[in-house]
Amino acid sequence: MSVEALPATAEIWSWLAEVPDPEIPVISVVDLGIVRDVVWEDDTLVVMVTPTYSGCPATSVINFAIEDALRARGIENVRLKRSLSPPWTTDWISVEGREKLRAFGIAPPIDGTAADGRLAVRIDHLIGGSNLAIRCPRCGSTETKLVSNFGSTPCKASWRCTVCLEPFDYFKCI
Amino acid sequence: MPSLPDMTTPDVVGLAAAAAAKGHPPPVHDEAPATSRAALFEFLTRMGDNTLVLGHRLSEWCGRSPVLEEDIGTANIALDLIGQTQFWLGLAGEVDGNGRSADDLAFLRDVWDFRNVLLVERPNGDFGHTIMRQFLFDAWHVEMLRALMRSSDPRIAEIAAKAIKEVSYHVEKSADLVVRLGDGTDESHRRMQRSLDEHWTYTGELFLSDAADEAMVENGIAPDPASLKPAWETTVRSVLDEATLVIPGTAFVHKGGRHGIHTEHLGHMLAEMQFLQRAYPGATW
Repeated sequence: MSVEALPATAEIWSWLAEVPDPEIPVISVVDLGIVRDVVWEDDTLVVMVTPTYSGCPATSVINFAIEDALRARGIENVRLKRSLSPPWTTDWISVEGREKLRAFGIAPPIDGTAADGRLAVRIDHLIGGSNLAIRCPRCGSTETKLVSNFGSTPCKASWRCTVCLEPFDYFKCI
Repeated sequence: MPSLPDMTTPDVVGLAAAAAAKGHPPPVHDEAPATSRAALFEFLTRMGDNTLVLGHRLSEWCGRSPVLEEDIGTANIALDLIGQTQFWLGLAGEVDGNGRSADDLAFLRDVWDFRNVLLVERPNGDFGHTIMRQFLFDAWHVEMLRALMRSSDPRIAEIAAKAIKEVSYHVEKSADLVVRLGDGTDESHRRMQRSLDEHWTYTGELFLSDAADEAMVENGIAPDPASLKPAWETTVRSVLDEATLVIPGTAFVHKGGRHGIHTEHLGHMLAEMQFLQRAYPGATW
């Protein structure tokens, strides 16, 4: 591929916006906010990707999916670079991504509610879970209860709606 | 009977080099002088071995926890800790400069090369016993990471900034359960008090220091372990009070893990964890 023929990074971003997250295929890796940068270094495309959680087993699958999608678009030299800093935060999930999560049945994160490890001032709130009002993605009620801050994947918490009685996932804030 | 060294895998470094030659990146030689590099390697393996050993212990609960939510929660925390291990031991391998990957360090070192505190290698016991161990560790872990976010080494600061987000959820969960079980039924209270009594003398090791720690402090890389104790104690006391549990009066400290002198439990754990790489060195799939 000659240097003149290299696709613009804006176009590459639009291709990446079609690469689904392997765990939650309704949103893309761009919606999730894990693609941090896309730059050309000569004729090699460098894609900076940040992991969601340190041990997220989807990380290698995500990298593979990104590389695969770019090669399918004719890009021969792709290098994925892990970027740890700044650490991923759910604040980076796009507005569209949040709506797609809700429609899929996962309550989107409520920004600014991440655990911060400052227990001493929170101890009174610990028992019985959470002060958050999470809206049930199925019936829309806010009469919901935390079941566990850990769920089906590292990024989710388990909640239950006390109106429609359905359990649901909440994309917890970090 | 053969002597102890005869029974261990011969030439671990050689095996690691052979594995490295098969596709791992070439050794990266750090610019720092050898002595400070050795101290940094020591510090990084202490961090990584804590998360590795505790992560493995937690994974032993997978499919066996008392309720489904706890099974999922415990497995998720194990996963976070193993993920953090990849960062710590990955960096340790880089600093070491002998081409060892995080996997090489996890699977090809023997027990005396492990640098975790004794607390994390202690057997799981019952679920309450596991939760108490977890809480005492989490309360330290979050303070350590908070301090490391200000490390003069940006590679360490960024791992800490990543890990603390996860560990903040760990400590909330373990504290919550310590209170529920401690201030629960007579039976759960009795078991939690017994667990606290058994684990307590293993917590002191978290705050001990040696020449490697002094080198870290000197270079602004990591905090003096003792400086973390007041904040740890504040958290621990407030949660244990809430849980109606009584801190034992003893000041005895079990120690040795940070220097590779372990309880008999760690060897058994490694025998299971490392079996495949010891039987088939370099195996991948």
